Amino acid sequence: MHFMYFTEQPMSAYPAEEGLKFGATALMFPNKHFDPAEGSRLYNEFIDQYKLAEAVGFDGIMLNEHHNAPFCMQAKANVFAAVLAAITERVKIVILGNPLPLSENPVRLAEELAMIDMISKGRLVSGFVRGGGQEQLATGANPAYNRERFEEAHDLIVQAWTRPGPFRFEGNHYQQRVVNPWALPLQQPHPRIWIPGVISKETVIWAARHRYPYIALNTTIEQTLKIWELYDGIAAEVGFQGGPAYHGYLKQVHVAETDEKAIENARQFTWMQGEFTGLAHPVWSTPSGYGSPENRRGFVEFSTGRGTSPRRRPNFAEQIENNMIIAGRPETVIAKLRHVMRETRPGIMSLWANDGGISQADSLNCIRLLGQEVLPALRETAKELGLESPFEANTPVSLAQSTDLTPRAAAAE
Amino acid sequence: MVEWRESQPSIAGVAVRLRRAGKGQPLLVLPHDIGAPAQLPLFDLLATRFELLVPDHPGFGTSERPEWMRNARDLAVMYRWLLTELEASRAALLGLGFGGWIAAEMASMSPADPASLTLVGPMGIKPPEGDIMDQAIVSYIDYARAGFHDQAAFDAVYGAEPSTDQLVAWDHGREMGFRIAWKPYMRSVTLEHLLGGIRAPTTLVWGEEDRVVPVGAAKIWQRAMPRARLVRIPGCGHCVDMEQPEALARLITA
Repeated sequence: MHFMYFTEQPMSAYPAEEGLKFGATALMFPNKHFDPAEGSRLYNEFIDQYKLAEAVGFDGIMLNEHHNAPFCMQAKANVFAAVLAAITERVKIVILGNPLPLSENPVRLAEELAMIDMISKGRLVSGFVRGGGQEQLATGANPAYNRERFEEAHDLIVQAWTRPGPFRFEGNHYQQRVVNPWALPLQQPHPRIWIPGVISKETVIWAARHRYPYIALNTTIEQTLKIWELYDGIAAEVGFQGGPAYHGYLKQVHVAETDEKAIENARQFTWMQGEFTGLAHPVWSTPSGYGSPENRRGFVEFSTGRGTSPRRRPNFAEQIENNMIIAGRPETVIAKLRHVMRETRPGIMSLWANDGGISQADSLNCIRLLGQEVLPALRETAKELGLESPFEANTPVSLAQSTDLTPRAAAAE
Repeated sequence: MVEWRESQPSIAGVAVRLRRAGKGQPLLVLPHDIGAPAQLPLFDLLATRFELLVPDHPGFGTSERPEWMRNARDLAVMYRWLLTELEASRAALLGLGFGGWIAAEMASMSPADPASLTLVGPMGIKPPEGDIMDQAIVSYIDYARAGFHDQAAFDAVYGAEPSTDQLVAWDHGREMGFRIAWKPYMRSVTLEHLLGGIRAPTTLVWGEEDRVVPVGAAKIWQRAMPRARLVRIPGCGHCVDMEQPEALARLITA
């Protein structure tokens, strides 16, 4: 079992009342409300959180990136990954992930990631994402070609890592005269690639076809089980057996000395007006061409108030009730997470443990309690349940790098 | 109400929905990015004098999407091809907003052909001040409404609450707009240099209250086409065709 620590790196010092007044806390919410002095303090507090997470026994630190919004301060996951590569010794640095379509030069990403892998002495896990709808608008990436760009940039990066240069790359969206990076990953054949996601079936299928573990981001237990069913079905088609080593799960989990205090702090998981990425116009989160065509009608209905959000989350009490948010003293949290682990059987778990305005003292305390009390108990559970991480199971890094495939007759499509 | 005859000619391997009505010189009407409704007073007015040819832009409405298409000029080439197939190379062109850009591209590539060229609030050239309104950050209804100075005119065409089918069609069209005109958004960086050869009598029509394409852009168009006349319509938004159809119909000559 691989346990990671995660925080969105919330810009908790922004004036919340200004967001409410403006009516949005994403994309167009004016950055005059961003205070770099507070930003500097917060970045350094996050560094302290990561150092402690390593010290108390987490296996990995999960990083991500977003743009133009207070819910996440990381504008470039690779910057923090580079910092962690130098200041940590043992933890995996798990980027979930680099938003590939936003990049105009994926070879540059391949170089950055190779540098991080070498500096960290081979501790990089390089996840890739499509980037949220708003990220496309924030960076000018064409949402209508999001998936094509994702797939093409991925191919280019893996080639840059594995194919001897120099070579030329002529794609539909990316063309490179000379691919010949003088920075290559330490891990061979290349760093592990994990694919996080929320609702797009296409991404689950794509991940399974590449034999990349899929990390379900804060989905409900029911949604998660459906994702595994889809993933494992495709896995069987292409010739490998799915299961825990390919299943990752991000959960919002907060621990304090008492249930009361933990639940009070856990309310901060809904600090962005209850929305995952803050208040935003629906067309920002799903620009035309970004979503699956089958969801088009649902999204336009939602965007005009005629339907509910496909990403709608229940209220806080309900989220506590149905274990979408887990909060309590260590014993409470252990019991609830054991239940979740039994139900969903992941080999990778990411604990999104702090958010919003939870104080640094409480955040550090939560990390300490997780490391000292919760993780040891959960590791026992993982052993009992046979939940192995990709590292423990020593799975191949990709389908292309697999030597153990047993494809069914009617494989592939 | 005009009686449309509908066909689906295949151009560049793409089935293009084409509606035809009326009698007279052919007039190709290139619709807005929000499409052209089935019936409009403008069509009634024009069908008495022209044979109207009204396509759904490829990738919009019910025309097939050309997956390969990458820019607005590709669309213009398809329409030149379509007119040739219809033996109507010299058709007059009426371009509405986004369609105005396409019409200008068409005229630039065969400058002696169009019998006349009427561009209504055309996109395609960077306005000296302000920007072409970006659909990407506003809702479907807000964008369509922004085309109207008189909101009652919008209600008359689309209803106060446009149907979900209409919203789906707008989202679908938006996607195609992004596919061919995302960056720079809804304009060309070369078009203004290529318009000087156009011989067709050209009329630029602009609603003075256009919030989609700032009327200041007319200056750049006139600089590029010194012989073009500019007609500004007071109290009218971007969709002159739907807000002031009589005024627009009077300006269109064969």
